[in-house]
Amino acid sequence: MWQILTNNWSSFLTGFWNTILCSVIALIFSLILGVIFALLEVAPPKIGRIIAHIYIEIFRNIPLLVIVMIFYLIVPRFLVRLSGFQAGTIGLTLYTSAFIAETVRSGINSIGDGQMEGARSNGMTYIQAMRYVILPQALKIVIPPLGNQFVNLIKNSSVLAFVAGFDLMYQAQLIAFASFQTIDTYVVVGLFYLVLTLPLSYYMRHLEKKLSN
Amino acid sequence: MMKKIKQIFLLALGIGLIFTLTGCSSANDNTYKEVKQSKSITWGIRADTRLFGLTNIRTGKIEGFEVDLAQALTKQMLGKNAHADFLTTTANTRIPLLKNHNIDVVLATMTITKEREKQVDFTKPYFPAGSSLLVPDDSKIKDVRQLNDKTVLAVKGTTAVDDVHKFAPKARILQFDDYGQAMSALKAKQGVALTTDNGLLAGIAQENPGYKLVGGVYAYAPYGIAVDKGQTQMVDHLNKALKELEENGTYNRLINKWFKGIPGFNVKEMLK
Amino acid sequence: METFIHAYSWIDVRFLLQGLWVTIYVSLISIILSFVLGLIFGLIRYMKIKYVSAIVGFIIDIIRNLPLLLIIFFTYFGLPQLGIITNPTTASIIALVIFEGAMLAEIVRSGISSIDPGQMEGARSNGMTFGQAMYHVVMPQALHNMIPALLSQFVSLVKDTSLATIIVLPELLYHAQIIYSQNTTYLIPMYVIIAIMYFIVCFCLSMFASHLQRRFDTD
Repeated sequence: MWQILTNNWSSFLTGFWNTILCSVIALIFSLILGVIFALLEVAPPKIGRIIAHIYIEIFRNIPLLVIVMIFYLIVPRFLVRLSGFQAGTIGLTLYTSAFIAETVRSGINSIGDGQMEGARSNGMTYIQAMRYVILPQALKIVIPPLGNQFVNLIKNSSVLAFVAGFDLMYQAQLIAFASFQTIDTYVVVGLFYLVLTLPLSYYMRHLEKKLSN
Repeated sequence: MMKKIKQIFLLALGIGLIFTLTGCSSANDNTYKEVKQSKSITWGIRADTRLFGLTNIRTGKIEGFEVDLAQALTKQMLGKNAHADFLTTTANTRIPLLKNHNIDVVLATMTITKEREKQVDFTKPYFPAGSSLLVPDDSKIKDVRQLNDKTVLAVKGTTAVDDVHKFAPKARILQFDDYGQAMSALKAKQGVALTTDNGLLAGIAQENPGYKLVGGVYAYAPYGIAVDKGQTQMVDHLNKALKELEENGTYNRLINKWFKGIPGFNVKEMLK
Repeated sequence: METFIHAYSWIDVRFLLQGLWVTIYVSLISIILSFVLGLIFGLIRYMKIKYVSAIVGFIIDIIRNLPLLLIIFFTYFGLPQLGIITNPTTASIIALVIFEGAMLAEIVRSGISSIDPGQMEGARSNGMTFGQAMYHVVMPQALHNMIPALLSQFVSLVKDTSLATIIVLPELLYHAQIIYSQNTTYLIPMYVIIAIMYFIVCFCLSMFASHLQRRFDTD
């Protein structure tokens, strides 16, 4: 098993780096998109609510792999050329943003109308109240579930293997089928993923406990 | 503190468990004796390869030269009432599946290579194949050497990947799980050319107007039937059955059935 | 437009429906089995049995934090090395049950933990055994709280079956790929129709969930 690791050290590191890069990029953009759609969902204009609702339901009910494939095979025919890494990261961002939107929305709803009314009666506009009163509290509450979404995001980044995205799983397949040591390779790759995900999910559980007390 | 120690202990235990599980290896059985007893052979075939093994959407069954050859070989080896089972494999799953005994034999457009001979045993070649290139009709590429600094599409685990590097060391290669995805990627202009064996490309070109084979065969590499390493009895019987099929005309009949009239294919050269 | 009409010939649609049936069938079996597994292991983890709960919890955490794709590879290529030969269907089901079972176990554990411990104590002091108290008092409330999380996990499971194309499970996405690999002009029509099919199945499941919850709430 150590031989697999040492013989293919640079391949594993490339894959590890690409998995981290893809996850971080997708996290940043899905957070931005997620918060925007969550705000649209709770805001008074009806049209915004409908748009946000359609967006969220579409991306929550279609498999990530199908979304990524569409960005890899179909979008380049009409718009821009996308590499496997780019298509995978875009697909991952949109998919995750729908889940983040739902999480943030439930956070905002849990704050309660009283706060909003209080802020408005103190002369704040709706946007000011949302920006300075509601959203900071909501985001704090939803940190643990958001962390779990990030863990899911890292795991889901393995779909890049389907579109030659040079991530950990893609490298793993190449190494496994070139060395014929399938199981050993997957154990090593599994450990690489656990290094990223396990501390994160333990930390989120710790935070969750702290917040609930 | 105690809790931390306990956690570390559990972690070590878990990892140890994984190591012991993976340390086990399967028993070395005699494949020929097994298939003779059960009167059935499980063949690893392809389902995405025109002319060799392709799913018929109408019936859901896989059809092609290799499927027919597998059926004929099964009956030749084990008698008329013997049964051929099929499992779909891809370029990168066929050897693990063979070593794991999910399948007894691989008959799936598999090129005989030195590297693979360390892992599996091959029969004599049953199909003379070689790497070639598929490009759009308006492409300027005429030869594999022009692929330096360009992106080439290939399928994971195929020999064409190494062949391209020999002739065009600076080519960038993107590898896919199957030919459908690789061809879709070529259409989406993710690369300038698709490289794999001539026989497979002929099938793809026939189905996709606007694409052509260029440069001829740049690396000759025939297909062989593979069994797990050390199954010499199985190899001997497969070779014997293959020779019998060549002598009684079955082999020629199958070659004619599948390859006659395909552009760029010299059927006469292949008949035994 | 013409491509779309040709692509949706009855032969192609029937082939896709066969794939959809495999998706639904594998999903249903996996949902049932993983729910049972999740309940059992969630309970074990909640009960804090010495060593057992800690070990079970650790294994669950490992599985939850690995990509499902990796677990699918393990069950298809790894189990045979331990002497268990799997075909794509059983390998997919085993992988889904292990992975989703671990995810569900965590949902079940946190669901039970969310119920006030006083309820359990009260039921026990009224002469119920642990099992009775769990079954009649704690579990019904816990399950009610869990429904949204459970159902979104089930929807994930249905979507996750698409990953099994990599080991050639003949499900919806694989059948679509077969069709468009034989006629690449069908690429777009195929992705349009399977996106709709997946959406309908998952959306119906979500609707069923909210219906179930409303019924619970009115009871």
